[in-house]
Amino acid sequence: MIEERWTRMDRRLEVVIGYILRIGVITAAVIVLIGGVLYLIENGSTAPHYHTFYAASKHSDNLSGMARNIRALNSYGIIQLGLLVLIATPIVRVLFSVVAFALERDLLYVVATLIVLGILLYSLFVRGT
Amino acid sequence: MNVLPFTILVWLGGMAAGLLGSLTGLGGGVVIVPLLTLVFGVDIRYALGASLISVIATSSGAASAYVREGYSNIRIGMFLEIATTIGAIVGASLTTALPPGTIAVIFGGVLILSSYLSSRRPRDNPDCVPDRLTARLRMGGTYPTAEGEKPYHARNVLGGFGLMSVAGLLSGLLGIGSGALKVLAMDWIMCLPFKVSTTTSNFMIGVTAAASAGIYVGNGYIEPALAMPVVLGVLPGSMLGSRILGGASVRLLRLIFTLTILALGIEMIYNGLSGGF
Repeated sequence: MIEERWTRMDRRLEVVIGYILRIGVITAAVIVLIGGVLYLIENGSTAPHYHTFYAASKHSDNLSGMARNIRALNSYGIIQLGLLVLIATPIVRVLFSVVAFALERDLLYVVATLIVLGILLYSLFVRGT
Repeated sequence: MNVLPFTILVWLGGMAAGLLGSLTGLGGGVVIVPLLTLVFGVDIRYALGASLISVIATSSGAASAYVREGYSNIRIGMFLEIATTIGAIVGASLTTALPPGTIAVIFGGVLILSSYLSSRRPRDNPDCVPDRLTARLRMGGTYPTAEGEKPYHARNVLGGFGLMSVAGLLSGLLGIGSGALKVLAMDWIMCLPFKVSTTTSNFMIGVTAAASAGIYVGNGYIEPALAMPVVLGVLPGSMLGSRILGGASVRLLRLIFTLTILALGIEMIYNGLSGGF
């Protein structure tokens, strides 16, 4: 019922996905750490403001705000870059799976994975801005 | 308190949450939100954002280890992610529309429910017969056991799909991984072996959370200065937790932690109802 071929291919797929996830998380953590240290050096002695939700943060923390901060290369932007790498890690994983299923000529799962990818991209690029 | 000591305390708290989350099998999210809101007085929307980010980190970190052991089933996971990501989009949209107090009450209810779910006995399913649909979707495989590779088959994919949508909805609504519910959908409804269910669930959590992340970003829920110590704390905390889990018997620890989570749930409901949010 389940062909041997699928299982073998899946195991190889799993190993590569394992690497993608690991590299993504480590890269993200390192970038967040660098941004965090810079942020604390600059702002460590100010008062935190997280007790109230600022509607204005919608504009500085959404995707276009993130892009502005990252381009400015300020500490806030560096942390945001790390967080974006983290959010992108599962998306890259799904993208890779589309390619892998396509190489296996497994049309059914190519379609299923494309649907998931579409939902993820819609969330980030349509609802994130 | 200034930003520096506050950040260090949140970092330590994140580490404790990651440890607690992985020891109870509930994930860091269900601990980090009550911690940030009840203890640190953070607005629940920022807490949900920081929690969601830490959920992506721990899922990807843990899955990178599990996935090589050959337990998780990528096909089943990917198919069910259609359900969890759609659910997550709906849940995350809902969360931006609901008042914070209501979210706190729902959060408390889910905490209590999941502490119950995590205390249930794992069900290792004896040979399940695939139905027509799971056979067509080729939902099955083999997994390593003491006696070598053992084959398994899934059944009732529609039922699993339904419960996965709910798991996705709660994940988006509350910034959590909904791991307990995902495992329930796979080992109870779809008749998958427990180990396959838990590792595939872990694998799916990151993609589910990434589906909510865009909406959280767009609404300013992800405050980088707060998410930073949370992520950097939860990651090592949960890695330490999974090390401990692999070693000694932790039944008493688990019981204590499950009771702690129960208490946090009650506190969230009480605070939500009394206007504390």
